[in-house]
Amino acid sequence: MIIGGGVLQGLGVTFKTFLETYPWGRGLLRLLRIPAANGLVTVEYPDVKQQHHERFRVFPFLVYDGTPENLRCVSCKICEVECPPQCIHIVGPAKDEQGRPLKAYGRTYPVKFDIDMSICMSCRICVDVCPFDAIEMDNEYELSAQERFSKLIFNQKRLLKSNEYFQQIKPTEAAEVDARLAAKAAKAAPKPAEPPPA
Amino acid sequence: MTTAMTTEPQLLEVSLGPQHPSTHGVFRMNAVLDGETIVKLKPVMGYLHRNHEQIGEHITYIASFPFTDRLDYFSAMSNNLGLAIAIEKLGGIQASERGEYLRVIMAELTRLVNHTAVTGFLLNDMGAFGTPLLYAFREREKILDLFEAASGSRMMCNYVRPGGVREDVPEQWLDRCRALVGAYPRFLDEFEKLLTANEIVRQRTQGVGILKKELAVNASVTGPLLRASGVNYDIRKVDGYSIYPRFEFKVPLGTVGDVYDRYYVRILEMRESLKILQQALKEIPGGPAISPKGMAMGKAPRTFRPPKGEAYGRIEAPKGELGFFLVSDGSPQPYRYHVRAPSFVNLTILEDMCLGRKVADTIIILGSIDIVLGEVDR
Repeated sequence: MIIGGGVLQGLGVTFKTFLETYPWGRGLLRLLRIPAANGLVTVEYPDVKQQHHERFRVFPFLVYDGTPENLRCVSCKICEVECPPQCIHIVGPAKDEQGRPLKAYGRTYPVKFDIDMSICMSCRICVDVCPFDAIEMDNEYELSAQERFSKLIFNQKRLLKSNEYFQQIKPTEAAEVDARLAAKAAKAAPKPAEPPPA
Repeated sequence: MTTAMTTEPQLLEVSLGPQHPSTHGVFRMNAVLDGETIVKLKPVMGYLHRNHEQIGEHITYIASFPFTDRLDYFSAMSNNLGLAIAIEKLGGIQASERGEYLRVIMAELTRLVNHTAVTGFLLNDMGAFGTPLLYAFREREKILDLFEAASGSRMMCNYVRPGGVREDVPEQWLDRCRALVGAYPRFLDEFEKLLTANEIVRQRTQGVGILKKELAVNASVTGPLLRASGVNYDIRKVDGYSIYPRFEFKVPLGTVGDVYDRYYVRILEMRESLKILQQALKEIPGGPAISPKGMAMGKAPRTFRPPKGEAYGRIEAPKGELGFFLVSDGSPQPYRYHVRAPSFVNLTILEDMCLGRKVADTIIILGSIDIVLGEVDR
């Protein structure tokens, strides 16, 4: 092999890749019967956005059915305990003056539910451990803000999103969750019909 | 006051890093130079120390997984696999058949990602700015896309669990993976055409940073660095963890142990990884992706209380032997959690390889060791 042959060979690869990035270049390569891939792999980000996969996860959100008051969270605090970086802060369940837990839509609810998104590392463990499917992963990602405490600590109001939104962003997972919740409801429903033990 | 002029040769102390683009993060080398030649070199570590082991002792076994993603952030899936194997040994959990196959597929894809990227970075260190690195990253991105489809995140996957994988891969995923594995050799051929025969690359790397077999073994160096020195030691072969004994693959070895050999061993390893991937994708069975015990553990991490004892799980991570040592005292948290990080151990022989070389060689020797500071400092 001639000295410098390796360099020339390498330059050939570079030149081919250069041609692949233009439509006319790809046409030229096809004309020369050289297999050409589409060399355009990047998108012009703020104008064009990449299509993300369904499982793409960023930060968690709370799911409600129908109205925001009918949230699935019962304030059991399992996610708060299991969260690896300890970014979830829950106060609750809500209680009346006598210390009895208040109920809305047949279940207890949190007084305060905050997630510090500047600490959250999007690991999805809160979703895995939640027995009520109350918390799910969002795919909203343009969340940079100037201030940490006022913008990046998401309160309950900011976290609550409807089940329809969940069905829209993650159809497969939402269908599974809905089926699981329906099965649970069907199992629980016959109970009140039974006569209470005397 | 005047400085005394002297004709005596003087040594110059230079601090390379911690904020230097060629040190792959926050790594510092205190070098003593005689002209351009390295006389003494002391690696300084710890700028990225994050208390990984201490945190692991205060949280449940499952909660350590997202932190292992951040050890070697180029190969999150392998890190997960290492911890999963250690926990399986500790708790006596058997992984499901499909889960084992998926884990092997993920681990080998990770090896492709890591070796492709590190080759690009090595060329970047040599002064080939952009081209090889961007070609490497273009291919890496395709694999990261697959990771995103399976786990939801490109780099911080948090996907492998004791007993299998967190959730089964989505539909069409295996077909997409087959297509990628089918197309990858073409990229490798092109990459090799660009680099392997290139005279500049050869002049720059051949005979540089030679690591002798004996020193490599004595310093407990592992991974491609050890194999480039000609020692046939691959944990996939010698330990046979997971289902690796079922696959046919060779362990590529180097002869000289210089930077070029390390580069070439990595290229050959990628070709062997593709062989494993092809076999795994052909044989992958149906069934659940995670065993019932692993599933229960994922749903309620605090119910997992392994019996008193200790376990050491190790895997052949892209950078070498990645080991997780766990001691259980019967509580939901490990009593002791230790990580044997390959790039930390491999870094200890940096001085021996650099002595007598020029400063520019030091940079590519460091690049050829393949370090990720997230793992070195933990």
